[in-house]
Parts: sequence; C-alpha cells; structure tokens
Amino acid sequence: MAQVSMTVNGKPASGEIEGRTLLVDFIRESLDLTGTHVGCDTSQCGACVVHVNGKAVKACTMFAAEAEGAEVTTIEGMAAEDGTLNPIQQAFQDHHGLQCGFCTPGMVMSASALLAENPKPSEAEIRDYLEGNICRCTGYHNIVKAILAASGQDVSNIAAE
Amino acid sequence: MPKDGGIGASSKRREDVRFLTGTGNYTDDINLRGQAYVHFLRSDVAHGTLKSVDTKAAEGMPGVLRVFTGADFAEVGGLPCGWQVTDRHGEPMQEPGHPVLAQGKVRHVGDPIAAVVAESREQARDAAEAIEVDIDELPAVVDMKAALADGSTKVHDDLTSNLCYDWGFVEENKDAVDAAIKSAAHVTTLELKNNRLVANPMEPRVAVGDYNRSTNDSTLYTTSQNPHVIRLLMGAFVLGIPEHKLRVVAPDVGGGFGSKIYHYAEEAFCTFAAKALNRPVKWTSSRSEAFISDAHGRDHVTKIELALDADNNFAAIRTETYANMGAYLSTFAPSIPTWLHGTLMAGNYKTPVIYVNVKAVFTNTVPVDAYRGAGRPEATFQLERVIDKAARELGVDPIALRRQNFITEFPYATPVAVEYDTGDYNGTMDKLLEMADMSGFEARLAESKKRGKLRGLGVNCYIEACGIAPSNLVGQLGARAGLYESATVRVNATGGITVMTGSHSHGQGHETAFPQVVADMLGIDESMIEIEHGDTDKAPMGMGTYGSRSIAVGGSAMVRATEKIIAKTKKIAAHLMEASEADIELKDGQFTVAGTDKSVAWGDVTLAAYVPHNYPLEEIEPGLEETAFYDPANFTYPAGAYACEVEVDPDTGKVTIERFAAADDFGNVINPMIVSGQVHGGLAQGIGQALLENAAYDENGQLLSASYMDYAMPRADDVPFYSVDHSSQTPCTHNPLGVKGCGEAGAIGSPPAVVNAVVDALQRAGHDITHIDMPVSPSRVWAAMQG
Amino acid sequence: MYAFEIERPSTVADAVTALAKSDENQALAGGQTLIPTLKQRLASPETLVSLGGIAEIQGICQDDDGRVCIGAGTTHAEVAAGAGAYLALAALANNIGDPAVRNRGTIGGSLANNDPSACYPAGALGSGATIVTTAREIVADDYFQGMFETALDAGEIITEVKFPVPEKANYQKFEQPASRFALVGVFVAKFADGVRVAVTGASEEGVFRWSEAEAVLSGNFSADALDGVTLSGDGMISDLHGSGAYRAHLVGVMTRRAVAAA
Repeated sequence: MAQVSMTVNGKPASGEIEGRTLLVDFIRESLDLTGTHVGCDTSQCGACVVHVNGKAVKACTMFAAEAEGAEVTTIEGMAAEDGTLNPIQQAFQDHHGLQCGFCTPGMVMSASALLAENPKPSEAEIRDYLEGNICRCTGYHNIVKAILAASGQDVSNIAAE
Repeated sequence: MPKDGGIGASSKRREDVRFLTGTGNYTDDINLRGQAYVHFLRSDVAHGTLKSVDTKAAEGMPGVLRVFTGADFAEVGGLPCGWQVTDRHGEPMQEPGHPVLAQGKVRHVGDPIAAVVAESREQARDAAEAIEVDIDELPAVVDMKAALADGSTKVHDDLTSNLCYDWGFVEENKDAVDAAIKSAAHVTTLELKNNRLVANPMEPRVAVGDYNRSTNDSTLYTTSQNPHVIRLLMGAFVLGIPEHKLRVVAPDVGGGFGSKIYHYAEEAFCTFAAKALNRPVKWTSSRSEAFISDAHGRDHVTKIELALDADNNFAAIRTETYANMGAYLSTFAPSIPTWLHGTLMAGNYKTPVIYVNVKAVFTNTVPVDAYRGAGRPEATFQLERVIDKAARELGVDPIALRRQNFITEFPYATPVAVEYDTGDYNGTMDKLLEMADMSGFEARLAESKKRGKLRGLGVNCYIEACGIAPSNLVGQLGARAGLYESATVRVNATGGITVMTGSHSHGQGHETAFPQVVADMLGIDESMIEIEHGDTDKAPMGMGTYGSRSIAVGGSAMVRATEKIIAKTKKIAAHLMEASEADIELKDGQFTVAGTDKSVAWGDVTLAAYVPHNYPLEEIEPGLEETAFYDPANFTYPAGAYACEVEVDPDTGKVTIERFAAADDFGNVINPMIVSGQVHGGLAQGIGQALLENAAYDENGQLLSASYMDYAMPRADDVPFYSVDHSSQTPCTHNPLGVKGCGEAGAIGSPPAVVNAVVDALQRAGHDITHIDMPVSPSRVWAAMQG
Repeated sequence: MYAFEIERPSTVADAVTALAKSDENQALAGGQTLIPTLKQRLASPETLVSLGGIAEIQGICQDDDGRVCIGAGTTHAEVAAGAGAYLALAALANNIGDPAVRNRGTIGGSLANNDPSACYPAGALGSGATIVTTAREIVADDYFQGMFETALDAGEIITEVKFPVPEKANYQKFEQPASRFALVGVFVAKFADGVRVAVTGASEEGVFRWSEAEAVLSGNFSADALDGVTLSGDGMISDLHGSGAYRAHLVGVMTRRAVAAA
C-alpha cells in the first residue's frame, strides 16, 4: 500500500492505494464520490470521464498513483456550492439530454472539456468529440442539442421537444 | 401552445438534478458494513461435462471467506421460466433446469461454475484462478438448423432433442394459408436473419445481498426493472424465502432495455451467500462479464412468404422462424418469438389469413430473452422487408402498396388473435411524408451523386402490442404471472402526496411524468407529488416496467387510485361545507359547492382526514390513502410510419444515415419531451441493429463480439438529428388515459427503414441486390456489391 | 488486475534502472492499451515503471535537419496541437481514439506496443521516422517486426521519435465500427527521393510498406496512377469486421484517398 494525495474538486484528498488502484476506484471507493461511473473495461464508454489538471481523461484507464499531486475535477465539482447547475448541466436538463443518467456524468465532463477548447462547436464537432462517450438511452439527439445550447447557439430549428 | 404543467406538458425532469450532479444512487453506489465480494468463475468453453471442481487451493487464498460450487445449490431450486408455450400438437414445451451454479455440465461460455466470496474484489478473483476445473469438452451446438438435425449433440441430455417447441399459429389456419399461397397471383419470398443483440444498458448489472440475523430477513439490492417479480421468483422458486421475509430494492437503475427484467443467478447467489456467511455480499459485473451473462436479444432465422392477388391485395402470409433460446430458458424467453411475435404478423395490413411457425431451439450460447421491442421488431422487420421486396418485384410504389392494404376500420380483429382498438395508418403516413420532405429527395440524390455517393430512401410502417398485458388472456397463453400494475396514492396531512408504483423507472422519467397525471386530476402543483418506486417494502405488488407498459398499465392504476382519493376527499369536503357530496366539484385544488361561492382548499380537506375533529367518522375512515390494481382489458397498439435516407459509399460500402423521420401514434401523450426522448433512443438502437450491432458466435460457441472492441455500439457520430412527431393521436379506447406507450416503438420501427433504404440505394445504382442481412456493415455491403 | 507496484521516476536514467531491477518489470506510458490488458489479467508485471513523470521525454521540437522530433512521452493531444510543422502527423494524432484517450496516450507507448491496428506505426513507417531509445537509434524500417513485435530489447525505452517532413503527406483511416481502431489505415508520404506508403490494420504481419504502390506513386504522384494496382487478400486479417479481400480492397481505396488529399 502507498499513500496518494491530490486535490479533488478543490479540496485536498488523500488515501491508501495499491499500485493497481485505478483513479476511478480511488474516487468512488476511497472518496465516496460515486458520481463517476464505470460502464466498461475497454476504455470506450466514457462513463468515468473526469478532468485531471484540466484535461478530460478516463478515470478507469489511469492509476490513482499517477494522479499524485494533480487537480482532479469530478461531476460532483461541477455545480455551484449552492447547488445551482452549471450551464452545461442546466442545458442537459432543459433539453432532456439524459434518461437513465448513468453515462451523464461522463457526458457532462466531456462536454465541459469540449467547450473549454472550442466554445462554439458545430454539430459535427460535438458528435466527433463524443466518440468516447457512449449513451444507450438518448440516441444522442438531445445530448448534442444540449451542448449546442450550452454553448449559446440557437437550437430552435432542431426538431421539437 | 405548450402547457406549463399537467398532462401534455413537457415538464422538465426532476430526477435529472441528482443524475447531473453525481448524486444518483445506483446499486454499485451501495456499500454495506462488512460487505464481502463475489467473483464468479465462468466457463470458457461452450459445452462440456464438468468432471470436477477442486476448490481446495482457492479456499486457502488470502481474504477468501468461502468458495461455492453447484453442490452448494443442490437443495436450492433452479432459475424459473415464467412462460410455458404449448406446441402445435398441444404438448408443453421442453423445459430444462437452470441451476444457479453449473451442475454436471457447462452449457455456454459464461455459465457460472463456482463463486468465490472474499474480503475484496481482487482477492476473490485471485482465488477464482486457483480453482481447478476439469471439463470434458463436448461439441458446441451453435447453428440452430444443425441443432435440430438427427444425431445432433444435445445441450440438455435429459431432453429428447434441442427443440424447445414447434409452435404453429394459428394452427387451424395452416391449410387455408397453404392454399392461398398456392393459388396467389404473386408470391414474394424472403429469407433473412434477425441478428443477435446485446442490450448493453450503460450500467452493468450489480447485486448486493444482505441478511439481518436479528429478524431473519433478507434484502437484495439489484439492478432490476421489476423488483417485485424478482422477489416472487427468487423467493418462491429458488431460495424458498417467503415474500414477507424478503425485500428487493432496485434503486436508480442505469437503463434496462429488457435485459434487467429477468431473474439472474447472481441475484440468487448474493442473497443466498449473504445468509450463509452472515455478511453482505456484492457482485458488480464488468462489461466483459455482461456480454456473457446478460440475456441476449433477437436471433431469429426466418423465411417469410407474402402472397398477393392480381390487384396487389395481400392474400396470405406464411412465416417459418427458428428462434434461438440459448442454453437455458430465461424468464420470459419462450413468449418472445411466439406471443409477442406471431400476434403482430398482421402488421398494419388487412391480410385474410396468416400462419406463423416458430421452432425454438436450444444452443450452447447465452440465453436469449426480450430486448427492447421483443418479438415485435422481428415481426415488423420481416413483414416490412417482404412488402418492400414485393413492391419492387411488382413494379409498384412501396408506399402505395402499403396504403392499399392498410387496415382502415377499427376495431379490427386480425387473423392472428388480437384486436386493434384504434389507429390511423394513413394519418401517420401522411404526417411522415410531410416530415421526410419526399419531394426533395431527387435533389438530394443528385447532390449525393455529385459527391460520388449512392443515396436511397426507405419507408416502412410498424405496429406493436404494448401495455402488457391482460392477465386472463396471457394466462391462457401460458404466462405464469399476472400482468396488472399497482399504485398506492398516499395523501399526507398537509396535502403533499406520495405515489407508490409497481412500475420502475430506469430512464423513462416516471418521477416527472407520473405526477403530471395526478396533478392534472387534482388540480394541484406537480411539485406536491413524489413518486416512490423500486422497493418492495414500499410499493404494493407490481409487475415492473417493460413492454411499454408503465403509463398504460401503471399509469392507469395510479388514475384508479387517485379516483378513489377524489371520491373520498369529496365526501370530506361535503361534510366540511355541509353540502351534498353530489354537488362537490374539485378544480385547481379547490373543492366548491356547485352554484355557490362556498369552497375549501385541498389542504383543508387533507388535514381534516388526519385531524378528524369535524369529520363524519361514522361514515368514512380517517386517513387518505388508496391503492388500486389495474389489469388492462386489451393490449394497446401504438403504430407509425418511419422514413430513412442513407448514403452509401460505393468504394467502402459504408452506410451513413442522412435523415430519419418517425411519425408515431401513441394515443394521448403525458409529457411530449419525454416521449420524443424515448423515440430518439429507440431509433438509435434500431439503427444500431441495422448497421452496427452483432453478437456473433464462432462454430465453437465463442462469442466473437464480447466487448466494445468488437460489439459496435452506436455512437454520437453514427446517427443524425432525428425528426420525430407524435401529434397523430388515436387514443386507446380501453384505458383511462387513452395512452398506448412509447418505449419500444423506435427500436421496432427503424431497422426495416434502414435496410429498405440501403437496398433502394444499391438498386438505384444498378445492383441486383434484394436483401442484406443486418448489421448492414461496410464489409457486407461491399461484398454484396461484388455480386 | 494482478497486484503490482508502481514507480514514478522523474528521469530516463532512473526509469532504466527501475526497469532493470527485474525481468517482470514493465514500462507504463499512457496506459491506454496496457491498462485494459492488465484488467483482463493478460499481463502480470511485478512493478510498473510509469514514464508519465519524466519531463525530458515530453515535447516537440525540430532538429537541424528539419526533422520533427517528438518526445516519447508526448500525448496524442499534444502532437495534434503542437506538430504544426508536420500537419499530416498532427492530423493523424488528432484522430486516434477519442479526446480522453488522446489526453493520456503517448507516441512512445503506441510505438512500443505496435498494435496491428494502431495509427502511429503507419505514421512512423510511412514517414521513415527514426525511433530513438535509451540504447540506440532505430530506423522505422527495422523497428516494426510484426504484430505487437518491435526491435526493442527488454528494458529499452523509446525516448524520442524523429520524423523527416515530407513534401506532401496524408493519413486515411477507415475505422473498425466497434473499436474505432483502423480497420485499414494508410499513410502516404511524398519525399523528394520517392514515396512511402505504410499500411496499418490490414496485415497479419502488422504495419507494412506497400512497395508496389510506392513504386507507381514515385513515378506519378496521383490517385489515378494507382488504377490497376491491387493488393492480394492473402495474409490480410480476416475477422468479424471484414475479410482479407475486403481489407486489401480498402488499402487501395484509402491509398488513393490519401494521395488525393496529400
């Protein structure tokens, strides 16, 4: 066992880990931040996406030890202190961009990384960026729409509801 | 003008807030004090005799609490099958045992052989590797037709063959169908496969068993669409725990699509082991494990013949299907290719006689059961493909051929034993043609050509039987359960309401949509109503969520319970206002005496019910809580018309979906936003089946697509924005809301539209291609183009 | 995963020392392939030596010969953003995996693994790159030795990859629909002294140069020049996603497209 320390959602976090402890397991099991999910074991589904030093990564494909000293942001760190949803989260609710909610944390974290890089992405750019985030419920329609809306673009022409 | 609340309003989902902030409570988020972990050692061969399972070394490994094998479950029942199908000759289907852990034989890759419970997940897995298993491998039975050949290896030695049943429907019509086909002016024949799929909800299955030594109660937390059904099946048939000593909780569930209906071995194991070890026992499936342990869907091999008279009227349909059951009968498996498939073979069309033959076959593959649509996509696909093929053979417009044969008068009794109550198939088709901009197709085709691409347009209709199901009817058909739904409406003293429903929400938005109904009935704000579901200790016995049944059956139960509440509150209000009950009206949360300015508020009445100082105690009980069970009189029949436009890259064979339009008739709609979302998701799954997804086995029974590396899930760039509409509404005539259900439509209606479009594109480019089996992958399209 | 230790050296020298401690020790780069492999328990290292903290093998520069030199620990995202001097390579990097994978996966890790469907092997072989290791420099033509096989010795770590910049280049990938790896990927590079065509995803032998196409294109660098130039399906990967013949066909299509887009 070894000690690891990092900053998670702005607060110091540390714990005992094994070499094989994945970042996602540290976040879920040691820190009890269960918003980050595990949906596959081949690094494809993206339910586990978090930000490490500002970059979107798959927390299931990174060891906790490698996040030593890093700034980590999870879905729990996205809303304001008073619970107000951030614009991406709010757009997902407004445009019904989620159903079962399991992929949603990863989707929001990826969308947030996308908008940080590209504040006004096109539909195609959004779909391309979400290559590593699988949703089984929404057919992606309202996720893409929500991200367009969150970036301040007009979505009134995209099919109703 | 969009409504801002109640029935018909696109109320934003209240459950979203917890999902968007990471505060959902999924089963894997539950960790109990003293929890141990189980790892299942699963067969890596498809078929073999289990000669020995030596657990000695594993038992001594660090952290190991106990190693279980099939012998530990010798006194425990097997996993039950919930539906008995009777074959063509009046005999019951062959029904093999389904042990919790393998006994004597392994029958598919993934069949659990042993289970190690240890202090940590990795310790359990480490120890599982130390178990020595001696298996005498047997030939794998994979191909269904070969499985039925004389001399085939048997999956179950105690059965007479690999045939589960040979079902004929309607058997009495067989000769008439044969005669009609023989004398028809034209017969179109199509042989096809409906590809095997894996449901793949993004949340893998999880089970946590718990045992309370103080009360001798067991609790199972599980990823289920129907916790009461699990409690009944597991308690009564597997573990022998009476229902009052067993609680099943399905908290937030990350999608189901059918795969979380069934009672699985891992659930029974965790509940059993928790008691045996007096510790909570948790199992979390990996995705790789899910591929070989979650029930699969579809997997039919079909030949369909459509006979037409000289005027192109449909004269008869005859289909023969081989339906893969896999190695064991999953909970509802036998009903899928029969009662959820054969009864839909009439589609939207007047066909005087129909005969459906289904041979269900055991193979050394993962069990197959319902997956979104369940039987109805298989019926729709073959019918809508053969109609398209017939239109091409006859040189007529495929839309005109469909319209000519539409059922236009309702109710309509089909020759396959169901009665459609309402519908307007021309109405949805008209709507579709408008949405799909058919007149612009030629221009889009020309534009595609300019870029060296082929373009095609495919249209089809669908009908489904939802709102499952009238209990007395399905009982006659072999169901071993009733299919009613329940609701308890608990009005609290200060007027707030808790509704406990036996329906289960795993993405469908019940927590938002159900209050809209109650709010509408009572004239109070939706925010005053909370939905409780998923806990057998809270909700009355219910049958759960599948078959697009929640609003049609569960919603109706809630309406009935709310009606009882209204009746009682009117009595109380009448007493408070010293008026006659018959004169009391409830509107906008106010009780008024008709024709007067007397009124009392909702909250005054609810308070009176719990503080019965001024209360007619001699006439009515205090309190305000009502329960209703609703058993539907008929199925509901959502229907619609779908159009797909594809581009095909002739160099690579890659198909892209350029446009997709869906015009559905779901009857009345409670929350249009949620309904559209359900259609979107169904469309992506149908497009996934048509273009991408394929659970393929090799001849040794190894699953070739056993992870997302090989099983192609639809991703954001595989699909377009969809155009969906559900304004075409013919309300259901037999439930109080006039609703039909919308959960499966997209997945049922979309595959034929995609394949029809691909065939259209290829034929327009001069290729003599009449069919390509799904998934219509680039390599298959390219191979077809090579001739 | 089996149990193992993780070491995080901050210099290449320390990493070499750590790896040398045991035959069972293994280098960990971005981990985007290795970690899924470990999850399947297909590898059981004693210690993983993480290269992620070694600053000296990160970054992109150009040497005196104009070669684009990329530190082995540079992520795909960093190459996509920073290899402006070699746009075709930057574009290749920008289309590996997905954004989260590109933020972790590194060029050194990809080349050391030499997955038969990975993109970088085609980029390196197609460019005639030089793979610099802790022990030596290896030209790409000698480096790739078949599926998952390279010239690397045990304990040898890639530190840098030097790419000569061609006059024109382009990479075309036809994705396997599930994994999104290359079902077939073709990197075409036109240098003053000839054309190189490297193919990934297709062959049972891993990345290879399509010499027949190179010869034709060296004489006439146009897609039309490839008319009639075909590849046999023999020796091509045949699986659920496509036959050998299909892959061979796609090699031709992707090569033409790469030439046209270069």
